[in-house]
Amino acid sequence: MDFGNILSLALGEIVTPTTAAYALAALGLAVHFGYSGLLNFGQAGFMAVGAYGFAISTLTFKVPFVVGLLIALLSAVIFGLLLGVPTLRLRADYLAIVTIAAAEIIRYIVTTNTLFRITGSADGLSTFQREFDSFNPFPPGTYIFGWSNRDFYVRVVSWLVVILCAVIVWLLMRSPWGRVLKGIREDENAVRSLGKNVYAYKMQALVIGGILGALAGLLFTLPRGSVQPANYATELTFFLWTVLLLGGMSTVLGPIVGAMIFWVVLSLTQNLLAGLIESGAITFLSIVQAGQLRFILVGIALMLLMIFRPQGVFGNKKELAFA
Amino acid sequence: MSGTNGQNPDNIDYMTDTRAIAVGENLPGCKKRDPIVVADNVTRNFGGISAVDVEHLEIPRHKITALIGPNGAGKTTLFNLLTGFDTPNSGSWTFEGNNIAGVSSYKVARMGMVRTFQLTKVMGKLTVMENMRLGAANQPGERLSKALFKNIWGGREREITKHADVLLEKFKLDTKKDDYAASLSGGQRKLLEMARSLMVRPKLVMLDEPMAGVNPALTQSLLDHIKNLKAEGMTVLFVEHDMNMVRHIADWVVVMAEGRIVAEGPPAEVMKDPAVIDAYLGAHHDVDLGDAEGIRELEAELEADEESIVGTEDAGIIAPEAIEARLEEEEGK
Repeated sequence: MDFGNILSLALGEIVTPTTAAYALAALGLAVHFGYSGLLNFGQAGFMAVGAYGFAISTLTFKVPFVVGLLIALLSAVIFGLLLGVPTLRLRADYLAIVTIAAAEIIRYIVTTNTLFRITGSADGLSTFQREFDSFNPFPPGTYIFGWSNRDFYVRVVSWLVVILCAVIVWLLMRSPWGRVLKGIREDENAVRSLGKNVYAYKMQALVIGGILGALAGLLFTLPRGSVQPANYATELTFFLWTVLLLGGMSTVLGPIVGAMIFWVVLSLTQNLLAGLIESGAITFLSIVQAGQLRFILVGIALMLLMIFRPQGVFGNKKELAFA
Repeated sequence: MSGTNGQNPDNIDYMTDTRAIAVGENLPGCKKRDPIVVADNVTRNFGGISAVDVEHLEIPRHKITALIGPNGAGKTTLFNLLTGFDTPNSGSWTFEGNNIAGVSSYKVARMGMVRTFQLTKVMGKLTVMENMRLGAANQPGERLSKALFKNIWGGREREITKHADVLLEKFKLDTKKDDYAASLSGGQRKLLEMARSLMVRPKLVMLDEPMAGVNPALTQSLLDHIKNLKAEGMTVLFVEHDMNMVRHIADWVVVMAEGRIVAEGPPAEVMKDPAVIDAYLGAHHDVDLGDAEGIRELEAELEADEESIVGTEDAGIIAPEAIEARLEEEEGK
């Protein structure tokens, strides 16, 4: 078993575009739940809306990259409004039910065979990333960890987007606007009694978190060059919640570090188990079973975290003392 | 505080203003000389039970009005209805002449009608100072479009903080300002909620049981604060079960029972009203049982009372002699 290789593979996970996408989508959840108390169980839906919004407008309508990007974000705004208008006046749990259902509706719609020419059904769409690749400023060659110039390019872009969004969220949350959101999280009637339009604030938070989700959807699909409905199932949403809880709910750095930890742990367990099976140390598991076992391990890790460090890695212990 | 002196055209000192509050007799639903809130035919039913059924009610401006009544009389429901936190089955009401029936609660608050809650609502995971700042109006940084630019809202934030500091000091919470509100005791939360509602600079403050759970030493200063609100040109409406408080600070008392207004008038007058005594206060309500003096007074009264067993052979351990002996023993210690 090559421990050096296993370790470098795991460390490589820290900066993959997928990790960046998870970090960004979880940051959107932090805006939703960590700061505003909105239970969004459909973040995968927002990611799908962003990814398909971009892919369809690029492939079917042949729009330039920037227009495709704007359409993707606009779709997320509309999706957020559609979910928010009927539910945000109701109690928090209603939003949870509606979002989880809406995300599934999106996934089923894009999987429908009738729409094969537009959405590619279960096969998904591909080759919509060419224009994005054409912006690559790095000449061909190998970079840092033996990445190709495209690998390097997508990583730089992904993390620049994450950093930019994190800074914006941080600025928003230290502002009086963010204070109103946190107030709503604690007690929305009290905030209402002070003359704030709670409904509008919740809507703004839902849309902003949704835009972050849609951007994350793009970061998830552009490097792959393909978008498939199977990638946006409910489990994605719950991985994002895991990431959020790992890092700490009401923090900006939490979701980002949470995503890194999540992928490093997944990679480590996968490769360690595979190594142990190959070397004959473990005989009662197949490689496929090992792949499933690692998610069980993630679940156990999450339980331990909730017991021993419930506020997450970056969360403030004091905030939980009064839960 | 706010420029209320400028809004006082007649240059009247509201603390010593003795003009009659009501126009005509002090009957339930009577007209007021200068009402700030006028409600008509407000009803609210909960599954066939009429929780509130108010034909006509006027709240006098620049006065402290107490809303009293037995539990379940509909006081809090009336609060909820007037402030838009609940929808009535029928009725209309105005605030400063504007019809605000059906107006959302946050708009009512912006117009200057701010309430507190019986079950205190503080933002536990925000600091005391952040709770206070949240109350302030006209913070441009609360708009999403301006939130990113501290140079736009920083100035107003400093004003708000200064105002909050003054209020926190008044309410003896200044040492707590960087603590999470969740770490405050029940009484301190009441204080914080009241202070926070004043951050809005309201015209009418509606306090739902402001004294519940506040310790006696603070009660006195809190009473003074509420009186001072009047001096600053605010109108106060409060629900309270503490009759001492009602007697000390209220200019006007409205009594509710079973959803209706059953009596209205100045405190001294209302508390002698036999209907009010029967429905709510109970006999001998004005005796302070907190000290020996009060207990002796009560005994004297009970002996004179024909329905009481005190002073008869059946008195047993509540006979005056028995209690007096115990009281003297205690005082001797």
